[in-house]
Amino acid sequence: MLSRVADSLYWMSRYLERAENTVRQLDVTMSLLLDTSDTTAETRWNHLLTSLGNPEGVEWNGDMDAMARMLVFDGTLHASVTTCLNAARENARQVREEISTEQWQRLNRLYHQIHSPQAQAQFRSNVNDFLASVVDGIHLFKGVSDTTMIHGEGWQFIRLGRHLERAYSTATLLEVYQETLFAVSDDEDAGYQYLELVGILRCCTSFEAYCQVYTADLSPDKILEFILLNRDFPHALRYSIDGVRQSLEAIQQAGGRRLPDELMVTAGKLYAKLRFTSIEEILEGDPGAFLHSIREQCIQIHELIYKYYIHYSIQSALAV
Amino acid sequence: MSDNEPFQSGIASDSSEAVGASKPIDYERLFRDYLLDGAYDEMRAPDGSIRPHYKALIESMASLPPDELLRRKQSADLSFLTQGITFTVYGRDEGTERIFPYDMLPRLIAADEWDRIERGLTQRILALNLFLRDVYNDAKILKDGVIPRELVYSCKHYRRQMCGLEVPRNVYIAIVGSDLLRLRTGEFVVLEDNLRVPSGVSYMLTNRRVMKRTFPQLFHSYGVQPIEHYPQLLLNTLRSLAPEGRPEPNIVLLTPGVYNSAYFEHTYLARQMGIDLVEGRDLVTHDNIVYMRTTDGLKRVDVIYRRVDDDFSDPLVFRKDSGLGCAGLFNAYRAGNVTVTNAFGTGLADDKAMYAYVPDIIKYYLDEDPIINNVKTYLLTDPASRQHVLANLEHLVVKAVGESGGYGMLIGPHSTAQQREEFARAIEANPRNYIAQPTLDFSRAPCLFGSQVEPRHVDLRPYILFGDKVNIVPGGLTRVALERGSLVVNSSQGGGSKDTWILE
Repeated sequence: MLSRVADSLYWMSRYLERAENTVRQLDVTMSLLLDTSDTTAETRWNHLLTSLGNPEGVEWNGDMDAMARMLVFDGTLHASVTTCLNAARENARQVREEISTEQWQRLNRLYHQIHSPQAQAQFRSNVNDFLASVVDGIHLFKGVSDTTMIHGEGWQFIRLGRHLERAYSTATLLEVYQETLFAVSDDEDAGYQYLELVGILRCCTSFEAYCQVYTADLSPDKILEFILLNRDFPHALRYSIDGVRQSLEAIQQAGGRRLPDELMVTAGKLYAKLRFTSIEEILEGDPGAFLHSIREQCIQIHELIYKYYIHYSIQSALAV
Repeated sequence: MSDNEPFQSGIASDSSEAVGASKPIDYERLFRDYLLDGAYDEMRAPDGSIRPHYKALIESMASLPPDELLRRKQSADLSFLTQGITFTVYGRDEGTERIFPYDMLPRLIAADEWDRIERGLTQRILALNLFLRDVYNDAKILKDGVIPRELVYSCKHYRRQMCGLEVPRNVYIAIVGSDLLRLRTGEFVVLEDNLRVPSGVSYMLTNRRVMKRTFPQLFHSYGVQPIEHYPQLLLNTLRSLAPEGRPEPNIVLLTPGVYNSAYFEHTYLARQMGIDLVEGRDLVTHDNIVYMRTTDGLKRVDVIYRRVDDDFSDPLVFRKDSGLGCAGLFNAYRAGNVTVTNAFGTGLADDKAMYAYVPDIIKYYLDEDPIINNVKTYLLTDPASRQHVLANLEHLVVKAVGESGGYGMLIGPHSTAQQREEFARAIEANPRNYIAQPTLDFSRAPCLFGSQVEPRHVDLRPYILFGDKVNIVPGGLTRVALERGSLVVNSSQGGGSKDTWILE
């Protein structure tokens, strides 16, 4: 597969995952603000922005609605949902011949939905519905990707992008919220505490899945254990990194070239960390540092993917 | 009850399309605005009667209720949209995608007429290919004085770098799309040989797909010759031109990228052939071998179907400011390590002034008379012709020799005195840069507008492939000037297209 094509598929997928993450976190933040807890709007928004990687050009300005609109529609803002969807579509357009017609149509429809003249009005009349419809569109795209595309190298790059982006953003989210998670004090109203914890779970669409495993008994330890270490839940970090590892293996097998082990070792180490560390060990140490190191390793994996598959030097390739 | 009263929708069924339905035909409803003029009419003889091969088509249209026609039109529209057969209209902040305008009525061509076209184009391509080989090697035709040297050396598409270069199988022009017109007399003539990077073949293929779906029974009853194997023929052509010793050649299509107006066609053809679509930035050359960057390292490229103009193909040899090509490509080509097709410098033979000499070229190399004639062309370098043209500008069409796509043209009868003056000055200043032709009254074919049939001017672009031998799929792109009375069929200027059925 052409490196440029692999690159476009990888980024198409990452941008869609990023858009979904932004929409979901925005949705949760907006609905938490409906309840009158002690946490101020400013704190919530700052948490949200930190968890989205402190996007350039956005600062809390006191006007929630304007902030939300900006985060969804502002095409000049790197982090906005619109920007992510534009970038995903542009990447798809560059490799139109590699993806299926169904994928292209889905993505196109999503693009036209957010750019339609009615979009802002729909957003104003019901934010939840609007955000849910965007997430729906992204889910449909993932569905047709899995059902209409050959599960070859191109698909593996899509999967790789999806899992790496998800792992990175989940780790960021937990890093931001882990203090809040454990700062829950006894004197606070139980109802508000509950909402806080549900909010964190909902940011990872994990609430219902969590309940299936642990029942609705919400505790910070268990929440962290679930989102970090669960084997079977697609939004859990361990699951995402497992996906990254599997895709990388499949990609390596697709080519006949023997690559240095660096990339597989890095991904394997990260996976092993999530596979063989218990939640008790993490909590005894410094959970913040643990999450931070996960993010660093994700960045390292991304750079190695580039080094070996996308931007390798001609000299090194000719020497083989 | 007026003529336009829609039929009950319950009547419409596929059987109503059946040919030769016994209902009396309501021609009046279809042809109210169908007026004949001096031009050849593809459907009606000069006395107004329907030509025999068009009868079944018209009967079937007349037997369909108007709303059923509309329904089929809508379903065909949708089919184009969902297949993504769109082109981009620029000018707004974001390009908007529209479907390529098309007409629902197929253009019908009888087998014996097609036979002549096929023989004529084969002859022409063989001769033009021999011409290119000769000019870039021994230049006998110039020594024999058949073609003036200055005409060759002053052509802006002449590529000195091609001199003395061996091209695989001596094929310079592997992929051609010639433009034909039908004159008043019913005779087809060649208007233009597109020997560089002809486009439009994807529309030929998708038009056919949609028409088969829209009028299945009619299509079946007509016995239309198939064209669907074009991508396979193209792939075989490219494969046959691979360098020696490369039994399983890696074939790629080189596109300028997503901003090119024919990008849809590039992706379509690459997908239909199952080959990689590459951009210049995917290619690197090393030791005169072209490679593409893949996730599995560098992979050697053997054949390039080039959809990038000469000028932009290699910044080391042609335009230095081009980022679309691949540095070193030409040297690898010269070394015989990669086939690039069409070859560089083929535009020499489709220069509009060279065009006037094509009958002489055919005579010189094949010792045959042209089977398909040229349009009468005045070379303005000749003083007598120039004088005649300048005196009669309002009756003639003047074209710049190196332009295409309908640009740089003066259409005499539709021009203003000021435009004619400007062209006269330009001609005096640089006569080599222009040619003149009589205003052509080319043929018209029936087109569907709502539930009315009206005539519109059409041309025909068949697609010719030349590898082991010359191959022409029976059909082509019929381009339509959709505006009433217009003579311009270019898609950039309000043209559309229709399916072309070559009958068995």
